[in-house]
Amino acid sequence: MPIVVALASIAGLFGVAIAMPFLVSRPGLATKVAYVASAALCLPLLGVGLFGLLGGNASHGELTLPFGLPWIGIHFALDALSSFFLILVDLGAVVASVYALGYGKHEHHPGRVLPFYPAFLAAMNLVVLAADAFGFLVSWEFMSLSSWALVLSSHHDGDNRRAGYIYMLMASFGTMMLLLAFGLLAGTEGHYAFSMMRLSAHLPWVAGLVLVLMTLGAGSKAGLVPLHVWLPLAHPAAPSHVSALMSGIMTKVAVYGFIRVVFDLAGPPSWWWAVVVLIMGSVSAVLGVLQAVLQRDLKRLLAYSTVENIGIIFIGLGLALAFKTNGMAGPAALAATAALFHAFNHSLFKSLLFFGAGNVLTGTGERDIEKLGGLIHRMPRTAYIFLGGCLAISALPPLNGFVSEWLTLQAILISPNLPQWGLRFLVPASGAMLAFAAALAGACFVRAFGITFLSRPRSPVAETAVEAEPVSLRAMMALLLLCLVAGVFPGVFLDAFGPAAHVLVGSSMPPQPLLPTLSIIPISESRSSYSGFLVFFFIMMASWAAIRVIHNLASRAHRRGPAWDCGYPDPSPVIQYTADSFAQPIRRVFGPIAFSAQIETFMPPPGDSRPARLKLSLRDLVWETVYAPLQHWVMFAAERLNVLQFLTIRSYLSLVFAALVGLLFLVATWA
Amino acid sequence: MERFSLDAAHLLAGGMVLVSFMMLYQNRILGLLNVFAAHAVVLALSVAWQAYIQHAPHLYVTAALALILKAALIPLALHRMVLRLGVHRTIETVGGIGLTMLMGMMLVALSMVVMLPAAADADPIAREDLALALSVILLGLLMMVTRQNAISQIIGFMSLENGLILAATGAKGMPLVVEISVAFSVLVAFIVIGVFLFRIRERFDTIDTQVLDDFRGGRE
Repeated sequence: MPIVVALASIAGLFGVAIAMPFLVSRPGLATKVAYVASAALCLPLLGVGLFGLLGGNASHGELTLPFGLPWIGIHFALDALSSFFLILVDLGAVVASVYALGYGKHEHHPGRVLPFYPAFLAAMNLVVLAADAFGFLVSWEFMSLSSWALVLSSHHDGDNRRAGYIYMLMASFGTMMLLLAFGLLAGTEGHYAFSMMRLSAHLPWVAGLVLVLMTLGAGSKAGLVPLHVWLPLAHPAAPSHVSALMSGIMTKVAVYGFIRVVFDLAGPPSWWWAVVVLIMGSVSAVLGVLQAVLQRDLKRLLAYSTVENIGIIFIGLGLALAFKTNGMAGPAALAATAALFHAFNHSLFKSLLFFGAGNVLTGTGERDIEKLGGLIHRMPRTAYIFLGGCLAISALPPLNGFVSEWLTLQAILISPNLPQWGLRFLVPASGAMLAFAAALAGACFVRAFGITFLSRPRSPVAETAVEAEPVSLRAMMALLLLCLVAGVFPGVFLDAFGPAAHVLVGSSMPPQPLLPTLSIIPISESRSSYSGFLVFFFIMMASWAAIRVIHNLASRAHRRGPAWDCGYPDPSPVIQYTADSFAQPIRRVFGPIAFSAQIETFMPPPGDSRPARLKLSLRDLVWETVYAPLQHWVMFAAERLNVLQFLTIRSYLSLVFAALVGLLFLVATWA
Repeated sequence: MERFSLDAAHLLAGGMVLVSFMMLYQNRILGLLNVFAAHAVVLALSVAWQAYIQHAPHLYVTAALALILKAALIPLALHRMVLRLGVHRTIETVGGIGLTMLMGMMLVALSMVVMLPAAADADPIAREDLALALSVILLGLLMMVTRQNAISQIIGFMSLENGLILAATGAKGMPLVVEISVAFSVLVAFIVIGVFLFRIRERFDTIDTQVLDDFRGGRE
């Protein structure tokens, strides 16, 4: 049975994690063993996922092991949805492990990473396979803790410690919300197995409360605004292959948790659920990308871009809810498939981009893009692969990011058929937000790639950068190839995701025709269709023709000339276009609203030799409006409650006594 | 016979509640010790009666333990301690006796209201024993709260523990090991508290906990 294979592999991962502390005395060997073993153990899990998604009901199964709660045990189950996310997790895990074979050699303290890495992989797999509330929560918390340990692997940096602390707080908050949600779903009888929750009918307000709690709990893990604060701090703090896993994969595991509970367990949705999810998704998409455009730290930029992409996935999920509650099977399947496809795509290109950032970090030791530049000469292969990732995440055809965003927009175009006026207004608005976010994402990655890899080096470290290990580059190549395949042949993927979408909304998209042009048809051919293959073909032909023409008509000789520098041939690279100057127009337009941006200029009077100054201050409004008051109230309450630390013994006894009598009184009046 | 055994069990358990009330208003320490000894004797009788009607010989051991430890050993030791500390003539300010008694009555009523419906399915002996035991526990706690003298607080604690034993024996099937370990843990607690009493007394010249609180620094 596949699920036995899966659990055996997970046990193997735990075994590797336990074995690691005994090997750290030989770091080179330990690194090799850990990553080779992780990759080898995730391959069967990937196989189980593929088998479960494509093999139909025959390959699904359940298993109860006698661990966990006494007499109840711990349940595991494999269905199309968990198979889909199993593929996502283990594809990322295999590639990240291969990448880390090269990247891990540069790790300063392998002993702080190696034991937790396989445990983290195992925990993510367990979350996807768990089929009762207890197993799910334990795996979820284990996933949080192991990733927390990885975030703190370079804990000498004060920023990393702060990131770890905030991550810990938010993760505990999220798990608390999930606990309450599962408590509500279990009801008074306490049915903690998912199969029982699915069967029992939930009151509308209970189901609504579950939705809110799941949005808070899973949303804080996935990085929905305003619960995203930990994400741009913690994801960059971890080693790059772990950042890739956290950003590319762990956020998807959170999406899985949301989908599993809201679509599968909580019963039929109400229409206002879609409103909540759409608003959260749209706000995350826009605020995430606005922040990303302004970041100078490459890894933090990528982390904010994750917030944006999670927003896009949640817009798709909100649309699926809206269509599902109105019984529109076809559009619901379209929106659900688009959300799943975007989750899949994002896991591919976000991992790829974080690997690229890891190469830059090991090659130069620098994450600030203002100090990079010109890396395309020193690390050409990283540069071209990173460029591919940038194209994919900017949703340019023929790559995969375009397909999933296009499908989401197609689903948005059906919204006039919705009966609720609120949704009819809201859905086009979130569509506009989505389009806006997509455009800004383009700008963001033009900036990220251009400033990092083009122009002249801005610092000595950028001049002496070294290319990454071949094995790491090969792992990145594999991801880029997958991005291209998913973009050129999207129909195959859409067909494969059908069973998973069926779990979400009870229907799946019609099979996509292979002939004549490999195009995908979301609704009907008269309405819209897209053929990634044709686009790819024409791009290839046009490029080929252009190259032929240029090379035939012009000289074949290569020439190297000075870069165009506005007519001032200054040897200093400081006068180049900078990252901040690239982002300035966007900051000018949106800064005052989104960040309360304020600019102070100081221009010395004539004759004064002081330099002119421009001081820009950006404020994080989410932090100031949500978290700062919260922190204030917590501190206030703590100050007040501090009195309780200094009472007399008799007062303590009296408090205990009063509490006991009060509870007894409650029991007496309850019955 | 059935009827009689029930009535007798209730009489003994009710007797414990009555003695608890006596402790509540007893403001002389030596008197309090005597009442506590009486409390333990009634407990021993009650447990022995339970042993007889439940045909559970191990409960006799519990009864014997209660009689030896609580009715004789601990009161005697406390008696000596009181004499050595020289507090046998002090009269404790208990606060408004009437108010305390009124609160005690309300606690008994509360435990009846809580326990009788909660244990409706249990057999009658266990049910009402539980209600009365809860009353004894609450009265013991009330005593610990209203008293200032450390020795009275210890006695409040011990009477609370008597209530626990009463509840435990009322329910059938309590293993002997548990009861013995409870009894010995109380003994150990008693020894520790006794040692502390002397240490406190050495340091502060009093065992009035109110005075101890006044001594304590670091308060806001």
